[in-house]
Amino acid sequence: MLSEPIAIDTDVLVIGSGAAGMYAAIEAARGGARVFMIDRSLIGRGGATIMAQMTVAAALGEEVPDAPRHHYDDTIAAGRGLCVEKLAQLLCQDAPACIRELDAWGVGWARKDGHITATTAPGHDRARCVYVDFINTGPAVSKTLRTVIARNKDIRKAGDICIADLVADGGGEITGAAGWHVSSGAPVTIAAKATVLATGGLTRLYRRNSASLNMGGDGYALALRAGAALIDMEFVQFFPIGHLAPRLVGMDPIMWDPFRYKLGGRLLNGRMEEFTSRYGSDEDGKYVLPRDLATYAIIKEVEAGRGSPHGGAYLSFEHCSTAALRAAFGPVIDRLAANDIDLTGMPVEVAPIAHYHMGGVVADAAMQTELPGLFAAGEVVGGANGANRLSGNAITEALVFGRRAGRSAGDYAKKIARRELRLEDARAALDLVGDAGIGDAASNRNTAAMIARVQAIMADNVGPLRTAAKLERAVAAIAALAAELGERPPAANGGFDLQRLEWFDLRNMLTVARTVAQSALQRTESRGAHQREDFPQMLPQWQRHQRVRLAGGALQLAGAPAAALAS
Amino acid sequence: MSAIAKLKIRRGSPGGPARWETFEVPFEPGQSVLDGLRWLRINKDPSLAMRFSCINANACKECMIELDGETVYACTARLEPREMTLMPLPNKDLIRDLVTEIAPPSERFK
Repeated sequence: MLSEPIAIDTDVLVIGSGAAGMYAAIEAARGGARVFMIDRSLIGRGGATIMAQMTVAAALGEEVPDAPRHHYDDTIAAGRGLCVEKLAQLLCQDAPACIRELDAWGVGWARKDGHITATTAPGHDRARCVYVDFINTGPAVSKTLRTVIARNKDIRKAGDICIADLVADGGGEITGAAGWHVSSGAPVTIAAKATVLATGGLTRLYRRNSASLNMGGDGYALALRAGAALIDMEFVQFFPIGHLAPRLVGMDPIMWDPFRYKLGGRLLNGRMEEFTSRYGSDEDGKYVLPRDLATYAIIKEVEAGRGSPHGGAYLSFEHCSTAALRAAFGPVIDRLAANDIDLTGMPVEVAPIAHYHMGGVVADAAMQTELPGLFAAGEVVGGANGANRLSGNAITEALVFGRRAGRSAGDYAKKIARRELRLEDARAALDLVGDAGIGDAASNRNTAAMIARVQAIMADNVGPLRTAAKLERAVAAIAALAAELGERPPAANGGFDLQRLEWFDLRNMLTVARTVAQSALQRTESRGAHQREDFPQMLPQWQRHQRVRLAGGALQLAGAPAAALAS
Repeated sequence: MSAIAKLKIRRGSPGGPARWETFEVPFEPGQSVLDGLRWLRINKDPSLAMRFSCINANACKECMIELDGETVYACTARLEPREMTLMPLPNKDLIRDLVTEIAPPSERFK
């Protein structure tokens, strides 16, 4: 017996409440729309923004002359020939306005001499990356946007909502979404004149990652199943110096980077030797090694038997004075001390960690996807950063694309007098989330262990360094796990049924894992974050995007060179 | 013989009877209580309901529970090789097991 879903009606539905979702909500409401913003986690607490302790790139030109075209040149260079240029242009062009608006909202950008001050992050030709001290950028951005939203009566919001699927009418127009309220288990439909996907990336697919639990690629899976195309899914960015050891709690594992720029932390192998020059990337005392090269160097050094005890590299600040450390790290020194880490007398161990996804949903410069009524914002959008994202561009992208998507969605909603979400269009999704979603014999399957298995498969076979054999192994293992997961969730069993939630998570994670592994298998070259040990060269015929679609349960890839498709 | 942490956890849903269950999890110095709970779900009982998001960073503030009578974040409280008593927050509405309604009223679904 299918219980009647709770029906919500709104002008603009925003799925996800990181910086992209929140800015989209603010901008849509500013244009006059009624907005409903939801999150699988709590509002403004999950996602990547709140974890982003680093910097935000924008050509403000306050301290040194700068212009969006210089930021654009650096973004394109980092992207290794694969940036979607109109998206990269938007990113760089609109960044200063967003940074200044956040400043007006009281985010608290670090200042010197009355100016917003900036640092030089790797890959930038000048100081362009703003921040909030001390490593508080993401939490400050998140809190600021959440406060702006709290004051806005046109924005309703609800956490603990798991979307099962987008809903399309017979003509392919997205009319909203269907899912369930995790805390109560109740089925929910949301009719929306326009829907914005702002669900972030897919770092949860990997064992070691730097983002929140709800970053399992939900938006990619929702878009795929609704019929949209994804691009560049093979390009997963690994952050080279994620914290590895000793155990550090209460800190984001990617916290070391800004200190490395500020103080010149030394990257050393297990023998305490500098090693990046072996891989053609002499650090030259500037510590501006691009992420893809640093990741490659650390993994190769570990493979050669010269890693640190836990399988990474050492990062040492031992050459810095106590006073210099205190000045740069501020209160973070005390949080490190609480973890028994004293940087004056010991190095820490670091290793690459899944950090960001360059690929994603195909969208134009108005953030309109291929599907009418569906917009995308932030990391879920594919293409702006090509094969390798320039540091500092992730929060920028969340802000700029969020604002743009909110404007587009609000404008789109205005053209629609009334939106009806027909239950028959939502039938398949409601069938999954409702009481009728009675599990099969395997309803007691251990979803927590299955998620750990997906993460192991992806980390071991679809990590930074890939081969056809590893990728084929991953494709097979993912298919086996999908068969084990089955077509039906466990029976509904009251409020906050975490196993049931994990079933829906796994449904998305396995779909997305398959797109990453298959796209990576098809790309028979090495470029940026995608490094094939069996195809080590970057090839001109591969300067193109691969598009993935789902058709009848099968993935369809397009855009590969003829030679690769034939093999 | 490696060290063990015993997690004594109060479980149940609103309106139903609460029950205590004790689980043994492997202990390694430096681990958080959340590490222990995540190990427990993967290896012993995935039906345990708990709320967490950022895992390690003390950023999301979602993993608040009561540990030995004090309100803590499970991600920063250290696991110890002894019996530790875990309960849902007593001053918040219970949702299930260690999960309580911690969202501000304006950010809840209603």
